[in-house]
Amino acid sequence: MVRKKNKLLESLKHLKEGKRINDGWTEESPRTRDSEDIYRRRWQHDNVVRSTHGVNCTGSCSWNIYVKDGIITSEIQATDYPTTGDDFPEYEPRGCPRGASFSWYTYSPIRVKYPYIRGDLYELWKAEREEGYDPVAAWENIASDPIKRDKFVKARGKGGFVRADWREVCEIIASASIYTIKEYGPDRIVGFSPIPAMSMVSYAAGTRFLSLVGGTILSFYDWYADLPPASPQVWGEQTDVPESADWYNTKYFIIWGTNLPQTRTPDAHFMVEARYNGTKVVGVSPDYAEYEKFADIWLPARAGTDGALAMAMTHVILKEFYVKQETPYFIDYVKRFTDLPFLVTLDESETDCRSDRFLRTSDIDDKHELGEWKTVVWDASTNQLEVPNGTQGFRWDGDSKWNLDLEKEDGTEINPALSFINQSDETAMVTFPNFADTNGGTVERGVPVKYIHDKQGNVLKVTTVYDLMMAHTGVGRDLPGDYPLDYDDPKPFTPAWQEGITGVNKNHVIKIAKEFADNAARTNGKSMIAMGGGTNHWYHSDQIYRAILNLVLLTGSQGVNGGGWAHYVGQEKVRPLEGWQQVAFAGDWIKPPRHQNGTSFFYFATDQFRYEAYINEEQSSWGGKYNTMHPADLNALSVRLGWLPSFPQFSQNSIDMVKESRQRGADSEQEIIDDVVEQIKDEKVDWAIENPDDPRNFPRVFFNWRSNLLGDSGKGHEYFAKHLIGGEDQILTDTENSWQPETVNAEGEAPTGKVDLLVSIDFRMTSSGLFSDIVLPAATWYEKFDISSTDMHPFVHPFNAAISPPWQSKSDWNTFREIAKVFSELAEEHLPDSEELMMTPLGHDSIGEIAQPLGKVKDWRKGEVEAIPGKTMPNFQIVNRDYANVYKKMTTVGPEIKKGYGAKGVKIKGEKVYEELGSRLGISKREGVGKGNPDLYSDKQAIEAILLMSGATNGKRAVEGWKSLEEKTGQDLSDIAQGREEESFTLDDLTAQPQHAISTPVWSGLEKDNRRYSPFTVNTEYKLPWHTLTGRQSFYLDHEMMLDFGEGLPLYLPPLSHGPFLQDEKGVERNGESITVRYLTPHQKWGIHTMFTDTTAMSNLFRGWQTVWMNEKDGASIGLKDNDWIEVYNRNGVISARVVLTYRIPKGLAYMYHAQDRTLGVPGTAINKKRGGTHNSVTRITLKPTHMIGGYSQLSYGFNYYGPTGHQRDTIAVIRKLKEVDWLEN
Amino acid sequence: MRIKAQVAMVMHLDKCIGCHTCSVTCKNTWTNRPGTEYMWFNNVETRPGPGYPKQWEDTNRFKGGWELKNGKLKLKAGGPITKLANIFYNPDMASMDDYYEPWTYDYDNLIHSPKSENIPVARPKSMITGKYIDKPEWGSNWDDDLAGGSEIVPLDPNVQELQEHISMEYEKTFMMYLPRICEHCLNPSCVASCPSGALYKRDEDGIVLVDQDACRGWRFCTSGCPYHKVYYNWNTHKAEKCNFCYPRTEAGLPTICSETCVGRIRYIGVVLYDADKVKDAASVEDPQDLYEAQLGCFLDPFDPEIQKKAREAGINDAWIESAQESPVYKMAIKWKIALPLHPEYRTMPMVWYVPPLSPIMNHITNEEELSTDGYIPAVDQMRIPMEYLASLLSAGDTEVIRNVLLKLTAMRVYMRGKTVGGIDEFRQSELVREANTSPQEIEDMARLLGVAKYNERFVIPTGRREMDDDLDYQQGACSLENIAPREGAAATFAYERGMR
Repeated sequence: MVRKKNKLLESLKHLKEGKRINDGWTEESPRTRDSEDIYRRRWQHDNVVRSTHGVNCTGSCSWNIYVKDGIITSEIQATDYPTTGDDFPEYEPRGCPRGASFSWYTYSPIRVKYPYIRGDLYELWKAEREEGYDPVAAWENIASDPIKRDKFVKARGKGGFVRADWREVCEIIASASIYTIKEYGPDRIVGFSPIPAMSMVSYAAGTRFLSLVGGTILSFYDWYADLPPASPQVWGEQTDVPESADWYNTKYFIIWGTNLPQTRTPDAHFMVEARYNGTKVVGVSPDYAEYEKFADIWLPARAGTDGALAMAMTHVILKEFYVKQETPYFIDYVKRFTDLPFLVTLDESETDCRSDRFLRTSDIDDKHELGEWKTVVWDASTNQLEVPNGTQGFRWDGDSKWNLDLEKEDGTEINPALSFINQSDETAMVTFPNFADTNGGTVERGVPVKYIHDKQGNVLKVTTVYDLMMAHTGVGRDLPGDYPLDYDDPKPFTPAWQEGITGVNKNHVIKIAKEFADNAARTNGKSMIAMGGGTNHWYHSDQIYRAILNLVLLTGSQGVNGGGWAHYVGQEKVRPLEGWQQVAFAGDWIKPPRHQNGTSFFYFATDQFRYEAYINEEQSSWGGKYNTMHPADLNALSVRLGWLPSFPQFSQNSIDMVKESRQRGADSEQEIIDDVVEQIKDEKVDWAIENPDDPRNFPRVFFNWRSNLLGDSGKGHEYFAKHLIGGEDQILTDTENSWQPETVNAEGEAPTGKVDLLVSIDFRMTSSGLFSDIVLPAATWYEKFDISSTDMHPFVHPFNAAISPPWQSKSDWNTFREIAKVFSELAEEHLPDSEELMMTPLGHDSIGEIAQPLGKVKDWRKGEVEAIPGKTMPNFQIVNRDYANVYKKMTTVGPEIKKGYGAKGVKIKGEKVYEELGSRLGISKREGVGKGNPDLYSDKQAIEAILLMSGATNGKRAVEGWKSLEEKTGQDLSDIAQGREEESFTLDDLTAQPQHAISTPVWSGLEKDNRRYSPFTVNTEYKLPWHTLTGRQSFYLDHEMMLDFGEGLPLYLPPLSHGPFLQDEKGVERNGESITVRYLTPHQKWGIHTMFTDTTAMSNLFRGWQTVWMNEKDGASIGLKDNDWIEVYNRNGVISARVVLTYRIPKGLAYMYHAQDRTLGVPGTAINKKRGGTHNSVTRITLKPTHMIGGYSQLSYGFNYYGPTGHQRDTIAVIRKLKEVDWLEN
Repeated sequence: MRIKAQVAMVMHLDKCIGCHTCSVTCKNTWTNRPGTEYMWFNNVETRPGPGYPKQWEDTNRFKGGWELKNGKLKLKAGGPITKLANIFYNPDMASMDDYYEPWTYDYDNLIHSPKSENIPVARPKSMITGKYIDKPEWGSNWDDDLAGGSEIVPLDPNVQELQEHISMEYEKTFMMYLPRICEHCLNPSCVASCPSGALYKRDEDGIVLVDQDACRGWRFCTSGCPYHKVYYNWNTHKAEKCNFCYPRTEAGLPTICSETCVGRIRYIGVVLYDADKVKDAASVEDPQDLYEAQLGCFLDPFDPEIQKKAREAGINDAWIESAQESPVYKMAIKWKIALPLHPEYRTMPMVWYVPPLSPIMNHITNEEELSTDGYIPAVDQMRIPMEYLASLLSAGDTEVIRNVLLKLTAMRVYMRGKTVGGIDEFRQSELVREANTSPQEIEDMARLLGVAKYNERFVIPTGRREMDDDLDYQQGACSLENIAPREGAAATFAYERGMR
């Protein structure tokens, strides 16, 4: 440490001998160590700021961002989450390499630093404005002139951006929106942004604007196919899963199609560490996936056959633990918490006998209020019918018996009989579907039945769901019929039967099924199954899931810590839900928002419905009315019966419709609605869904923010490119050879380039940006304020700005605020106050869920029933749009809050909340509407509003929520949030440390005393019903359309297997050897969707983009070597990529890991010399009809809750060598 | 006896999820600048596979580490005379192809492409030459999750030795991850390889560093390190390597790679060793004895005699207590579940590895064979061949590996018994006898490996700066030395009183 050193002397110092030790082997050197300061200085920093990544990821990890010299240098994970307890692994550090690479974007060349506009559009705009047209007229001149419009629409995706001025682009966006509202109606303004939980305020920014103007807000969870439709079907819940720490509580963990290390990276350690606590882990996957590393045994089920494996395990569990030996814990559980004891009628036709619908008390007598919604059990003690509390009717009958107490009026216990096997009046031969074969088939099996007299005096044959399950699953019980003899008999659904389908050794299946159930019996339900994209992204996802859920329901593992399902793909909890909904959908000013299910929207908007191929063929043997109908026709049916939403609503402008109705003399809201219904019945207005290619029904202005729709989630990418965008496409088929709908108009050439204006808001340039007309520069996640939560952990934590938004970037909140401001200014002149007609479907958790009794499909158009809004058709209402005040409303909290608000049927009183909002957010002093209201100008205020209004982040709201549920259920729930009433988180609290959410009734887990969140524990421990028809967990779905498809009970359906081309299609010219494979797109390791893939760290950590994995023998068979160029194609499109060969993946499969985007390293294809597509260029969506059911208990619409999914795994594609690399440079 | 303290690491490979977070956070901090693009102080390898740089374990080619020649420990690459002869051309050095040519993309084209006939794309280009390339051909993790299959896996030098044990087919697939940093060896061959004496092992904590002022860029360290963990910066023309994040450990913080390890596989702690034993231990004849010989260098921090001598050697009580609480001491020395990577290189590496468990082979269908207790599988049926693990971690001695796997399995069976039932049978079982463990040891292991609290994973005393004698000056002047000249300071300061 001598101060001034002579450099030369220093450098010679090593020549001087130091002390020798270690037998002379080691020298103790006296030389200076000053150079150590170099690395010390690198580590030194000026600020550490807590933020996170608002990517579509369930991680929601808290990070520390390092700032040095005013520059963001790097990030590492925060490790200060609240503790999980003394003897439990902690949530630290949560994060992954992708998130760790984020700081790269801040200063990278892919950063969008300024507003950009397509040069062709800007020229047109400039010319109109210079001509003297005001902005709205300027837009009208451009959009209504086909030549002008073509000029920029056809240039989409081809470069040529110019820098623009913020104010000017806002004017263009606002003008386009105003013109669209005037010309076509507000529902032609459409916004897509996914997963609010990942940055709630940024999401809310756009949806609040859209809600105020009446624009259409697209759902995403169903569109992503991450929504497991089985969840609403079985539980009446969108998705509710255990936090990851609860994995540590399980004693038997099957990981089934969700790659925990790869895609649940921050939490995988809980699974790994559970093993040291004695947990057995079983892995099911077609490839040797990363999670198999942690398994004790790998069950290599073929892709898409998981349902067969699960059904065989169901078979084993029913036989071993219900028949051979009755397991008391299981029996008690299924009687209380599942629909197994409920009675089902049989439907005897001339040809066969099938299970029909649940018996209701209304079948027997008229003594019960809402008797059509109260299902019935047989009391084994008294041998008579009983109507247990908690079924759907009890929720709405005004009484307080919506609970799971198995008690009669007089307080005596009901003991539901599971089976009639020992007291049957007859053994009926019931026909069950068997869709395992390509052509399908049926089996007949004996079922014990009892005779019941209905109120008309007819004899009804009834049985229990349990008896049906036994017969259907093939568990004999010495009954007659086509039952398998033993496990080795290859009839459905035995272990031997599944072996032929899945390839999994039957002995392994028997052993694992027995262990899973035995473990649950010993631990009262600590058997868990993690599932996800691998099992969920299929056409028949719901049946795969229901088959797997059999295992956790039959073993009493659901609603137990350490047990039950654990669905991990795309599930993200907005923990502060109630408050967030108000901010996001402007419920404080106007209700309801236009919530549209994304999948249906895109199916029609991108014209994918015109490229359909016949489906459900294996189900056709079952017969049925609906399973031969085109999905588009069924979707149209579903809309007119009020099941699914549909925006645009009608070909006519919803503002004009009200105006015209008034002109015809209608005055009150009811009169207008009656008039509209008459117009509909008389077919004087057209359903937009039946005329999707009518220019009046095009989505005209499209906002894409927090999303890369075109590089990522856009399944059927080439159809997007062609029909919605009008850019270059690579579709290799036409509509000629495809299956066309009947009621949906598909005449003439399908239109291209439907959208007038495509706006993307992002901080990086993606495929979505490339195709957009305007790209706005967003602040990154290290440059703004927001909040984040997830299912994976119980905390709420913040985004904070480590630096202010650089260049001209803005937070999403500020961006939409700017747009709203300009919109409002222009609206003063161009858009007067307008009334418009709103159409909404029959909603779940609303009275709409009991609109259509007995689950029978009645079409008013065919005269099967009267057309009654809110009953047999959608709801209609009139809302007033105050267009000139959109900005002022957007930036203040509206007075509607005072009337109270809530979610999922839970109510919170509003007066007090409104007062508190005023004092926390401050009062708006801006003139006009909203002056004196709580101020909502900034993102920070939006955060505080959400936190204050929600139970998860404000104890008073939580306590009030539980109280409101007490009234309906008659249960004492007061202790659930006890002790936390005084907690009230602010942004500063979250910044100091992530905060543990408070238990609220909008979720179903109990979290007191450091307990890990496990879904439905509130149901099992406080006897609260599930939001289903029986109030219990459902094995049986008795809606007419479900039964029509043969899907009343869980069963196995093979994946769809359309060839790469349809029979009459000509395909592609042969060019060397090729191989046809099943094409899968599992989530990748080097990005979260397309995010992070473009960082140099992520691209260099593997092989750069794009790549496709396949089996090396398959590769060799077409002359491929590792890293060769290939093209992947089918009728939907073409991809160019490099191949990754391996033996880890079985033959016959290709994995193009999800969402690498085509922006990096993608050359032209040989097939048509255009830029190769994205992973979605060979996919196309097909809607599953049973997901369109509505107006019927848990099968009712909710935003992101129920509806067809945009699955993509049932794809077959061809792979061949790409012989020449052409970069298509100009 | 000459007691020294070393800050060492254990990586629990069974816990490694192969996510590479460690690599990225490390890179962001240390090697994210021109000249270091290809450097990964920390990298993660999928095994079996050739690693990074490619086939670094091929010591016949790269000649790293030590060998025993006529009973004497010598650098494999030869002594000073060979060095001098090769000083302008080192034939053992790995080339850019063995590492990889880092690439970037022409991102700017996406935003600023003029209106074109085709959809614009960002083409890949080399970060070294700046020229377009059609496609990358190799990378630091090119074979992640067995990418490249049987074209690439056989390049693994361990696989080449063990062909009869490893089959590259779907049904028998196995893989594991091997994260690697500098081993901060007790007997570092990089230090011995440097003609300029620029590499050194720090006296107070054993961290091995390159003196950036002294390095002359000869690069003998890069091949002299058998782990290939010293890199050449083409921009500064000096060597750089993992510094064990000493700016953090000196402050009592774990290394970046450990702090950010999402699998929570990393443990850091102090061990005390006798520096006078190192040479002999590294010189034992049979490579399979090197592991035990290395263990023989470590000292028991609970032994009062050792404590006394440690204090005499300037090691303070905080460090002695840390050595007692050290997770590395527990795992490597006490429980013997952590093993050195390639002990046969004779460098006495100080990053230790717990070998991983793996699923049973699927051809076993007989229930009896499947498991030890009806649930947890038996070690002899596991997928990863013990020979492979032994090739990495015990110079080929499968017995050493088997003992560790038995212990880990016994822990799982015991904890299952404890939480589900059946614990009493376990106490008497063959497994507990064979695994040579006890309920107490098992519960301690389950706590450290499973519950693994932050403060138990990382037991790091702060740097012993009190050995410097001008701390009062430094307190105010740190980083301002240039404008805070000592000349003006009062003569009470030690440096001016000539007390050094």
